[in-house]
Amino acid sequence: MIRILGQIFRTGIVTEPLPPVTDPEIEKIGVELGKIIKRHFRRSLAIRQVDAGSCNACELEIHAINNPIYNCERFGIHFTASPRFADMLLVTGPVSHNMEIALRRTYNATPPPKLVVAVGDCACTGGIFGESYASLGGIEKVIPVDARIPGCPPTPTALLQGILKAVGR
Amino acid sequence: MSKLEETLRSAFGESATQIEGQQPSSIAAFLVPRERFAEAAKALKKEYALLAAEWATDETLLGKGFGIYACYRKESEYLIVKTSAPADDPTFPSLTKKFVPAYRFERQISSLMGVTAIGHPDQRPWIKHEDWPEDAWPLRKSFDASKSLPRVPGEYRWIRAEGEGVYEIPVGPVHAGIIEPGHFRFQAVGEDIINLEEKLGYVHKGIEKRFEAFSWHEASRLAARTSGDTTVAHSLAYSQAVEALTGCIPPDRALWLRALFLERERIANHLGDLGAICNDVAFAILLYQFMRLKEMFLRTNLKLFGHRFMMDRIVPGGTTFDIDADGVTTILSELDWLEKEFERLVVIYDENSSVEDRVRDTGILKSEKARELCVVGFVARASGLNLDCRIHHPFPPYDRINVSIPILVSGDVHARAWVRVEEVRDSMRIIREILKTLPDGEIAASVGSPMPDRAGFAAVEGWRGEVIYWVQSGLKGEINRCMVRDPSSVNWLGLEQCIHGNIVPDFPLCNKSFNQSYSGHDL
Repeated sequence: MIRILGQIFRTGIVTEPLPPVTDPEIEKIGVELGKIIKRHFRRSLAIRQVDAGSCNACELEIHAINNPIYNCERFGIHFTASPRFADMLLVTGPVSHNMEIALRRTYNATPPPKLVVAVGDCACTGGIFGESYASLGGIEKVIPVDARIPGCPPTPTALLQGILKAVGR
Repeated sequence: MSKLEETLRSAFGESATQIEGQQPSSIAAFLVPRERFAEAAKALKKEYALLAAEWATDETLLGKGFGIYACYRKESEYLIVKTSAPADDPTFPSLTKKFVPAYRFERQISSLMGVTAIGHPDQRPWIKHEDWPEDAWPLRKSFDASKSLPRVPGEYRWIRAEGEGVYEIPVGPVHAGIIEPGHFRFQAVGEDIINLEEKLGYVHKGIEKRFEAFSWHEASRLAARTSGDTTVAHSLAYSQAVEALTGCIPPDRALWLRALFLERERIANHLGDLGAICNDVAFAILLYQFMRLKEMFLRTNLKLFGHRFMMDRIVPGGTTFDIDADGVTTILSELDWLEKEFERLVVIYDENSSVEDRVRDTGILKSEKARELCVVGFVARASGLNLDCRIHHPFPPYDRINVSIPILVSGDVHARAWVRVEEVRDSMRIIREILKTLPDGEIAASVGSPMPDRAGFAAVEGWRGEVIYWVQSGLKGEINRCMVRDPSSVNWLGLEQCIHGNIVPDFPLCNKSFNQSYSGHDL
């Protein structure tokens, strides 16, 4: 236990902006985001992430916004296990043929008003996988999209910015 | 002559003929008569070989029928055994009774290539979901990949369990966490799982078919996106296969840089996994601590190599990024920092009895089973199999690097976690060695066009395990076939088998300790 406490105190709060990895941008986005989330979502934005066929790189970066350095929870953003509680769907990948139905069902299970954000180049346009027998292309081919976050994969900062843009609409 | 080659020759004599044009020449490839395909498997199994991959090709454009290939591995040797089937009789004898992983390989072959394994115990399609038209075989040359697939009514026949108190839990494809999609179906009695059946294929993006539409150079971007967390290893395996095919020798500096990228990818993923395993036993502090280390590590990648996961940094012929003296200093000082931080966390993990209670004796994959399933990577090493391409099939520069791998025998969640701990330590040491040795010179060589009807093979030890690529050129020197074998293609079977008798709440933990790729498997 003493080691755990030692580690906690030694680490302190790493959430940015703190040296040695100062990145004022994150804080700026966060403050704005926090305001909007407070106003529109009563301080909490529940996100359901759906992988509709991605290569998993986008998922890794979505994980990263939950790490203590980006710490998205401080802005009221949290990820929920069910679409039933979600305000926003964060969808990655080109929509694979085999995921199309599951994506539609997830969308239908999300209560309105629901925001859909396409994350990554593949989700925006189909990316390198394009359109084929197995890939339907971008997310908008299957469900309406409110905002796009391009990148292969988008960085955690780009993800936070994109979410802000989507809720600020 | 290698042992496997000797075995095959003594069993087959003149009826096994060596295949020309298979590169590198160190990998022997033989053609055997179709009716004796399974006999070869039997002979090689007696020699303690493992099945590494099995795949089919449509060689009609090359004036042949279908090719069926099986790749065997024993210690440092790989052996490819090929047979062929005429276009009007696309069948071959199943290897499933000799080698368990053939179970899925052959279902995949029959689903996507329409070449049926005779004697296979399970004729259900794999990756091809029940609503695909039955005659949609995308890997055939006659299939038009640009058209979308119509849906037809169909039902997947699940394995059922009956009896008093037996119930079923369907999970997925959309999971609770931020992970890839797949379906798991449990049959349980009370808390105890009596069977788990996986149904994958949800993220099938037609990658193998798509390769055939690209030039060799463009295709390296696709290889890098086959499994996003293993982008370096996939790019490397693809590049090595293309280099074998074209006879290109990358400059020495590029080889060492590739090893640097590969070890950095290993460390980053292992850090993430260790955190996630701790999270699944509700030990959140280590999740956040390990994620912090991983984040810092990824930022260094971004700073030095321009991409957090080092995507597209390896291409056929060499690398696209170099490192300067400042970069070397940055990495060295980062390693000093990381080592100190990492070791502190490892002690916390190791000393915590509530963590130990959950991870020990959970999800045991016994040695015999691991061997039977031919699993690879850290899953194999946690179950007593001494397997690592960096040692057994040392692609340069690993022929000049001393790699030491941990072998644990308990095969439980802890073993799979601890193999990662030891590998992080060793990778840090390897990176120091690489930076000390890094030769001067160019970082890329030009890649020529391949000769028609040739094949190139490469096996690389990614962080999850052995990644295999086998590429074949067509008559115009284009990509006729690119076979991808991610470690997940075999390791998913291990998860199914290790779960029996465990309790339902331990499934996420077992799953996380395997952390296999859906995208790399579904392709």
